[in-house]
Amino acid sequence: MSALLEVQGLQVAYGSILAVKDVSLTVNEGEIVTLIGSNGAGKSTTLRTISGLLKPKAGTITFNGERIDGKEGHEIVAKGLCQSPEGRRIFPRMSVRENLDLGAFLRTDKAAIEVDRERVLELFPRLRERIEQKGGTMSGGEQQMLAVARAMMGAPKLLLLDEPSMGLAPVLVDMIFETIVKIREQGITILLIEQNAAAALDVADRAYVLESGTIKMSGKASDLAKDEAVTKAYLGG
Amino acid sequence: MSILAAGYQGRLDRRRYFERTLGTLAALGILYWLGINFAKSPSQFFQASLIGLSNGVLYALIALGYTLVYGIIELINFAHGDLFMLGAVFSANFMSIWFGKNHSGVVGWGFFFACLLAVMTFCGGLNVVIERFAYRRLRRAPKLAPLITAVGVSFILQFIGLRWNGSGQKTWNSMLPKGAIEISNVKIPYTTILSFVITVPLLLLMSWIVTRTRQGKAMRATAQDQDAARLMGINVNRTISFTFALGGALAGAAGLLFQQTRGLTSYNLGYQLGLIAFTSAVMGGIGNLQGAVLGALLIGLIQGLNDGLPIGLGQQWSQTVVFSILILLMAFKPTGLLGKTVTEKV
Repeated sequence: MSALLEVQGLQVAYGSILAVKDVSLTVNEGEIVTLIGSNGAGKSTTLRTISGLLKPKAGTITFNGERIDGKEGHEIVAKGLCQSPEGRRIFPRMSVRENLDLGAFLRTDKAAIEVDRERVLELFPRLRERIEQKGGTMSGGEQQMLAVARAMMGAPKLLLLDEPSMGLAPVLVDMIFETIVKIREQGITILLIEQNAAAALDVADRAYVLESGTIKMSGKASDLAKDEAVTKAYLGG
Repeated sequence: MSILAAGYQGRLDRRRYFERTLGTLAALGILYWLGINFAKSPSQFFQASLIGLSNGVLYALIALGYTLVYGIIELINFAHGDLFMLGAVFSANFMSIWFGKNHSGVVGWGFFFACLLAVMTFCGGLNVVIERFAYRRLRRAPKLAPLITAVGVSFILQFIGLRWNGSGQKTWNSMLPKGAIEISNVKIPYTTILSFVITVPLLLLMSWIVTRTRQGKAMRATAQDQDAARLMGINVNRTISFTFALGGALAGAAGLLFQQTRGLTSYNLGYQLGLIAFTSAVMGGIGNLQGAVLGALLIGLIQGLNDGLPIGLGQQWSQTVVFSILILLMAFKPTGLLGKTVTEKV
């Protein structure tokens, strides 16, 4: 296994406030890695920085052997790193189809895009029923599916998922996590952020625990799920 | 409690009833006014409408620049009217001073279209430069900062116009053929026909770019959510530059059309027409492209009818009528004619 994503000593600041103080993590090809932590721990900030929406204050980010820290967001997407962002951020005045097409904005291989669209619609049959509906008029769960499907349309090597289960009904939460496993089976590596730590640890291979901007623990997901401190802080045990 | 609620509900109903009655009365009044004018002189009615609409398409070209920029970065670009003014001054210089084409004919038309391309490039390019140096750094700043910067840019452009065109109004000979076609007492000047012939394809082209092309798709995505657009791999800076180029090019085309059909330029043109065009954009629902065109045509038509009908308030009241209608419309529909109320964010 080789490292697909390597983050070293990352620091990110909003003005003078350091939101991410020291994050180092590795995602190997084919893995599902999860980053868990409480609200405000810096999870989303970390992901936004990896995707180039924020500029790091210090540290390096290497993707597929190439430094990407400080690069523009659209350049990073072009290298095969896609994100389904926090709060879904779908395009509300565009149809499901247009949203999916935008996910494949940088691709020119029309036939392959067609194949991928079929693939994600198979994964989320609900989206096929709503294909001409405007994104903004769908329910939260449907929007979440669309956000994940849209990110997959970029044919990513690495998929970043920011809180895909947030605000969803329990049935949908299970469905989303099942889908995450299916996405990995299609050969896509996943870095997952979750507040729902139990479910995240359940599907992930490895996990990192982020606390006020610093990685506090890391290890195999199954080990962390049994760890007393983790259980106490994040699993309600 | 329930009595209180009922009282409140009753007040609401009464108010709504009052408003509806008022609105209906106003609409009936306008219809009556149009009706008696039409009965009195149908040809004058059509004449006034035609003049109004031909002004309207000119306003539409400028209004689109306001609405495009607002749609994508939520900035009221106060400098846009002055960009149009520079387009007019550029065209006057191009046609009359640099190339001296004041007469119609094959060569004249050739230069007219060359000037159209040149002025669209000039204003489009200038708008891109303005965005790059004045607005881009302020994109995440509080909204007031880019707004005041835009006012500043407006003054800078006006003073460039003042240096270039002089402090007074200048009149120019037009290359366009004089004269008119007459259809049952309605005079249609060649210049009016030309306004439509130039503007309508430009509007269609613009609508095609926004709805059908890749660049247009990037524009719409950026307008709805910049960060999400970035995550799709869209180069947001380039998309915004492109939007400014498009808006600027349309203002340039409007500048040439104005200069050639009216035969005059002045450094403060941007203030007068810019304000009307901006009003059109707001009336139609700012950020909405069809809305801007609709608003512009309506304002042109209102002005045309008010100025040209036998029974009317006349030219001195033109702006008063337009803005009264705007204020009324805003009171009932604050988002403009085609503007959407933002309810889609869950």
